[in-house]
Amino acid sequence: MTIASLIKRKSELLHGGAGPVPIVLSTRIRLARNLRNQPFPGWAKVAQKCEILSQSSETLREVPSLKTATFFNIEDLADTEKHILVERHLISRELSESSHSAGVLVGRNQSCSIMVNEEDHLRIQVLRNGFDLEKTWKTIDSLDSKMEERLDYAFAQQLGYLTACPTNLGTGMRASVMMHLPGLYISNQIEKVIRAVNQLGMVVRGLFGEGSDAIGSIFQISNQQTLGESEKEILARLRKVLTEIVHHECNARMVLIESDRLKLMDKIGRGYGVLRNSHLLNSKESMSLLSLMRFAVDLGMLPEENRSLVDQLFMESQPGHIQYNLTGESGSDERDFYRASLLRKAFTKLPELNFDILLEQDFTKLFPEGL
Amino acid sequence: MTKNIKCNSCDNLATVHLTQIINNQIHKIDLCEECAKVKGVSDPEGFSFSDMFAGSIDSDSSQGSEMTCVACGFTHADFRKNGRFGCAVCYDSFEPILAEILDGMHPSLHHRGKVPHLALDRVDNQTKIQFIERSLRNAVDAEDYEEAARFRDQLTALRAVDENRSSIQINP
Repeated sequence: MTIASLIKRKSELLHGGAGPVPIVLSTRIRLARNLRNQPFPGWAKVAQKCEILSQSSETLREVPSLKTATFFNIEDLADTEKHILVERHLISRELSESSHSAGVLVGRNQSCSIMVNEEDHLRIQVLRNGFDLEKTWKTIDSLDSKMEERLDYAFAQQLGYLTACPTNLGTGMRASVMMHLPGLYISNQIEKVIRAVNQLGMVVRGLFGEGSDAIGSIFQISNQQTLGESEKEILARLRKVLTEIVHHECNARMVLIESDRLKLMDKIGRGYGVLRNSHLLNSKESMSLLSLMRFAVDLGMLPEENRSLVDQLFMESQPGHIQYNLTGESGSDERDFYRASLLRKAFTKLPELNFDILLEQDFTKLFPEGL
Repeated sequence: MTKNIKCNSCDNLATVHLTQIINNQIHKIDLCEECAKVKGVSDPEGFSFSDMFAGSIDSDSSQGSEMTCVACGFTHADFRKNGRFGCAVCYDSFEPILAEILDGMHPSLHHRGKVPHLALDRVDNQTKIQFIERSLRNAVDAEDYEEAARFRDQLTALRAVDENRSSIQINP
């Protein structure tokens, strides 16, 4: 599989599970694992890192569920290709910045990826569409156990899985859920939520970390601590926090409709107009407009079947994906033009916004089921 | 703003100042632009306050300053610099200062999660039995009987493995 086929192929993030749902975009769990008897990547010599890379990538191929996975050596990837992997959450920015002796194994439907020689020898990740901590944990737990049949992990009785950074000790697990929170964002309540979530030992980040916060009203909520609680306890705590946030978001949405109905209709209507007619759109603007369109689907202003299109456009209008489609050197005007054309084409095919629904909205419909 | 403060990592002028309150104690870090970049302060995703504090804790302790990992040669100064260890054995080598480093970072210092049984099998079956016995006691103390039952079953299985060790095929 090449990066080109990876883009064309159906991915878990866009097509997995029962399809996209309101509020919770995706669930992700990653495990940090290291090999005994090898220095951590940050301290290992180049030769040692190469050995770790070749050994573990070969061993991982023996794991049945990874037979169809594709291995990408960081050395063989162009900058745009690395950028695409970051935007698809398959590798971290840190890994994309390494120039040698690192790589990633990507599962067929892009729901699983294993980074080699990031901060730890192995960073296993399983991604799922929608909200499903239990299934995601089951998948990654069994993958990790299969890997363990073949690899000697660094582990100590008291401290659990040993990691380069002591903040990841113990379970080595970071579970995070990507949430779309336009209600809380528009009504300026995000700060309050972040503070409350922090007090409960969880962290809130933007789409790609704190630096990108608020882009598209998308926030990642994850556990901060990894030692002293079992995986299940951590996941239960996270689940509780997330359920709370979903409630607050639903509440904020209802308040918006109640008290700022016209402003909300205007905001979404204008966003729709821009997406249908603009000829230059930068990624930040396009993401906040697409976020409004996802909100419009939640509210029933656009048919439900358009939700996955919005999510797909969200992915495809990111800088790396746009750049990949343009040949050779291209300036920001060219990228913004290409992005605007892509969105214009998609949105002119969509039906007109149904504003009437906001006037007769049955608010209970806003609550997603199954949380 | 503060003036003429030296960087905690080198002697250049510090231009990045970070403050956080942990357990009612103020922790301050001053860095020059270069070191801030190296430590990932400019990349919010790669930067974590606790990582930095992990590196800065105990900076005056003479006890830790001469410590070196027997396996990989990593020193306490190296840890102060990047907040990450050199290898798995470092956790043994730096054991005397580990409690200080981990203070406030996690809810407790005892792992209660998954145990890589197969990997440990190849290392030491007996150590594992002791560990699970302890986990079982912890689970019983915490009245988590579901977990306790899981540990009890694991123990039964493990003891059987121990008794029939020769019949077990292990992938090297």
